[in-house]
Amino acid sequence: MIISCILCNITLLHAQEGEEIPENVIENQQCFQCHGTPFYYYYNEWVEKDVRERMNPYFVFDSAEYYLSNHKSFLCTDCHSTDYEVFPHDHGLRMEPKYTCMDCHEGDDNFAHFKFEEIVSEFELSVHSDRHSEDFTCWMCHNPHSYHINARTSESVINTIAYDNGICLSCHADLDMYQIIMDEENPNILSTHNWLPNQGLHFANVRCIECHAQINDSLLVAHHILPKEQAVQLCTECHSSNSLMMASLYKHQTIIQRGNIGYVNAAILNEAYVVGANRNYYLNLISLVSFGLVFIGIFVHGILRVILKKG
Amino acid sequence: MASERLYLYPVWVRLWHWFNALMCLILILTGVSMQYSNPEFPMIRFDLAVTWHNVSGVLITASYIIFIIGNLVTRNGKYYRAKIKGLFKRLYKQFMYYLIGIFKDAKKPYPITKKRKFNPLQKLSYILIMYVAMPLIFITGWALLYPEAIIHNFLGFSGLHLTGLLHIFSGFIISVFMLVHIYFCTIGTTALSNFKAMINGWHE
Repeated sequence: MIISCILCNITLLHAQEGEEIPENVIENQQCFQCHGTPFYYYYNEWVEKDVRERMNPYFVFDSAEYYLSNHKSFLCTDCHSTDYEVFPHDHGLRMEPKYTCMDCHEGDDNFAHFKFEEIVSEFELSVHSDRHSEDFTCWMCHNPHSYHINARTSESVINTIAYDNGICLSCHADLDMYQIIMDEENPNILSTHNWLPNQGLHFANVRCIECHAQINDSLLVAHHILPKEQAVQLCTECHSSNSLMMASLYKHQTIIQRGNIGYVNAAILNEAYVVGANRNYYLNLISLVSFGLVFIGIFVHGILRVILKKG
Repeated sequence: MASERLYLYPVWVRLWHWFNALMCLILILTGVSMQYSNPEFPMIRFDLAVTWHNVSGVLITASYIIFIIGNLVTRNGKYYRAKIKGLFKRLYKQFMYYLIGIFKDAKKPYPITKKRKFNPLQKLSYILIMYVAMPLIFITGWALLYPEAIIHNFLGFSGLHLTGLLHIFSGFIISVFMLVHIYFCTIGTTALSNFKAMINGWHE
């Protein structure tokens, strides 16, 4: 069968003149020309004409996102059967078992610092694991066609927050996605978080996992998602000098920016100002001393007035 | 002289003053509770402190606007005007009275009259608090209510951080003022006469 390409791949369009296009981009283009768009075209020999056909939206992948992702150097056929190179695809290919993260990442020294084994152990303790079947795999949150590490590489905490929360919201704010593995209706996260003061501000400035995951000191990103009853609801867990955000959202910043200008939780100051968490040691000291002096002054003045019975 | 009664505090000033005092008290207590929040030693529950602080902040802004309008349309505003000429001399004189003269039963250098409700030190501190510190704390407070409106980066510093710092600093100044103000109110004909004056309007 001849697969006709109508829509050009973004990556190919954006390649600079003279710039070498990686081999996998050219080879993957054969897949993306259909799986990168909502419609695909092919020559139908039965009716002897070009046909425009709808692509299953769950099988559409953004090639631009793919080539920014961690797996960008892969050929589609590194993970999928080479039989997919033939169109129409054999129906039996649907049964092809999918790789899991650990098939490649387990026991690999190159990825040791990501601690995949520990992440799996954490995940197995989480509600995502024990409330769902084995269908809930890493892919549910980390789409292999678009996922890229963020907390270690992003220069902006706000971008990390938006990216990470987007992962949660892709199911928890999308009924179709949520019901892929759940029968019940997706709870409305706005109403379930009604109790939260300045809701919009919190949603934009902290990740869902700050309150909904058990912090693990040895993992950069916690994967032990807690039952909702155990989520953090005490404001001072974050709004205090011992803010748990330093062990979660700002953990990476804390590790790489040891510098301190007298501020408790100085790392947060680069991106935000958290009432109760950002305190300056010297300003605290000056304010306490000043208050003390005012009290002493008033006390001494008052005592002298009483003793001398004047004024 | 001492027995002379002066009607210095009209009803609107008294109502504004006590409402302002109550709001300041709530704002200081909730502000301190938030700034020094600690899960092990909670002063006021954090979410309640936030709500009370925000509501009181909005109310005190409204009362401040009433104060400014009142000062513009009534004669009360003239008490907040100070002449620069000879200011330091007057301040020094009043300061020395509080430091030494008061213990020697010296004559007050600037006794209260119908035309002079405040002594020079009082006047300067009230002007600085009402026309500098209060506007500063309102502007920064409202900005913190709508942080998306704050400039993200101001001359290399986090705009949000600077706003928070200015808010806390002005809150600190107002807190110190409030302490000193309450103490100095005990310096009257009797220790309670100034408090009574702010209730019935008559200065004794």
